[in-house]
Amino acid sequence: MSDIYTLYNETVMDHFMNPRNLGDLADADGVGEVGAAACGDIMKISLKIKDGRIEDARFKTFGCGSAIASSSMATELIKGRSVQEALHFSNQDVIQALGGLPPVKIHCSVLAEEAIKAALDDYLKRHPAPAAPAAQPT
Amino acid sequence: MSERKIRYFDNNATTPVAPEVVEAMLPFYTELWGNPSSAYGFGHQVAGHIEAARAKVAALIGAEPREVVFTSCGTESNNTAIHSALMAQPDKRHVVSTMVEHSANLKYCEFLRQRGFEVTYLPVDGGGALDLGRLEAALRPDTALVSVMLANNETGVLFPVAEVAAICRRKGVLCHTDAVQAAGKIPVDVRQLGVDLLSLSAHKLHAPKGIGLLYVKRRTRFQPYLMGGHQEKGRRGGTENVAYMVGFGRAAELALERLAESSRRIGALRDRLEETLLAAVPDTVRNGAKEPRLPNTSSLAFDFVEAEAVLMLLDQLGICASSGSACTTGSLDPSHVLQAMGLSPMRARGSLRFSLGSTTTEEDVDYLLAHLPGIIRRLRAISPLCAAHPDNDRYDVAAARARQAKELTSLANG
Repeated sequence: MSDIYTLYNETVMDHFMNPRNLGDLADADGVGEVGAAACGDIMKISLKIKDGRIEDARFKTFGCGSAIASSSMATELIKGRSVQEALHFSNQDVIQALGGLPPVKIHCSVLAEEAIKAALDDYLKRHPAPAAPAAQPT
Repeated sequence: MSERKIRYFDNNATTPVAPEVVEAMLPFYTELWGNPSSAYGFGHQVAGHIEAARAKVAALIGAEPREVVFTSCGTESNNTAIHSALMAQPDKRHVVSTMVEHSANLKYCEFLRQRGFEVTYLPVDGGGALDLGRLEAALRPDTALVSVMLANNETGVLFPVAEVAAICRRKGVLCHTDAVQAAGKIPVDVRQLGVDLLSLSAHKLHAPKGIGLLYVKRRTRFQPYLMGGHQEKGRRGGTENVAYMVGFGRAAELALERLAESSRRIGALRDRLEETLLAAVPDTVRNGAKEPRLPNTSSLAFDFVEAEAVLMLLDQLGICASSGSACTTGSLDPSHVLQAMGLSPMRARGSLRFSLGSTTTEEDVDYLLAHLPGIIRRLRAISPLCAAHPDNDRYDVAAARARQAKELTSLANG
């Protein structure tokens, strides 16, 4: 087997074998899907946001082990963060929390960052005044 | 973990060395270790064993022993064939090959192209087949060589090499075939094929890695690739790897002896594996035509999942298989073979190759069949893709590729 398999550490393997926050949110406030099969992985992140804070996050991923682990970890990390904080989310957070990724797999963490930002963009488009907690229900 | 049983479905990658082969090789490390080129008897006696091995590998492909040049591997054989054809015919600057060859062939052709030679890469259809009319039309007065593989390493699909060679003969063009995946799995006979050059690798048929051969038809003009001593009648310099040559000889003998029986047995196992998976797992397709194909290979696309994730879960169970994707080598592109066959990127990325061999048992197949459908279900539950949404077509692929390229460059420099 290739080095890539042995390069995955225990945390990456754990998030791959037992992904957290898997699935969709039926009443999501923001959904982002990034990536395409042509260039690798596809990640979809759904967010439930209340009072400007991320209450729940779910993911679905088409991709390799580290893509699945990266999206699982990313959803764990952003739960509870404010929208403003989450807008500054970086792929480095994912790499750090996973205890490192093989160099050829760094792009998986970048995709996780992109997916979160796409979901936040979607939320901000749908809720133009995120600062006002009592915005009209849609 | 290390003591768990390994279920090996990757015989196109390599095979275990047969005990008979190891046994045949050992004396050449302990007693008969002299240099066959030496003048004294202790060294020179070894030369006879090389010639005996040469006769055995020649018999496997229906060649005369003197038409066999031992090399270090299939890659060297392929490189040598192309190099020789061009160097021995300096007035010719054109090579015809296909889009689905092994990288040993494609990379060398690309190297030549960058140095002013011309290469035509023939396409294949959805089943992986060549259009012979197109091949004939690609031949020019300055074509030095046609190089097409006998059996594809990823799909097992066979090319009609005998017909290709007949066209080449008519047009006065040399014909080479990479038969690395075919030997030991189907009969390979250089006279029936009618080729001028043919590559083989020993480790695909239960001999060690690090030895191969190039068949050079009698009276074919030849230019060595490795130049040095007079070994291999001046066709390949370098002190002979005697033990490996002897091992290759023994493995060839065993392959010839067992070919009919083992290909029948392995073919039945492969068919059961493939037919069961196609029936049990929805949205699964075979890559490449069902026939003509190697009896041991099955390439299957499991839509909506990515192969590396499947391989990792199989690995947890001790099952070794491989993907149709080059992802694990750091390349971001899916398999060039599956892409040439027109598979969508999603389907190419979800492709797995199972290649069976003489050590594969009914129980191994049962074990795989018991676990794989569940693994596919599990990964499909994680995947955002489905029949209604087979890819994310709103993503800017070009921009992402540019970003990834930049990332890889900074990684390489950092």
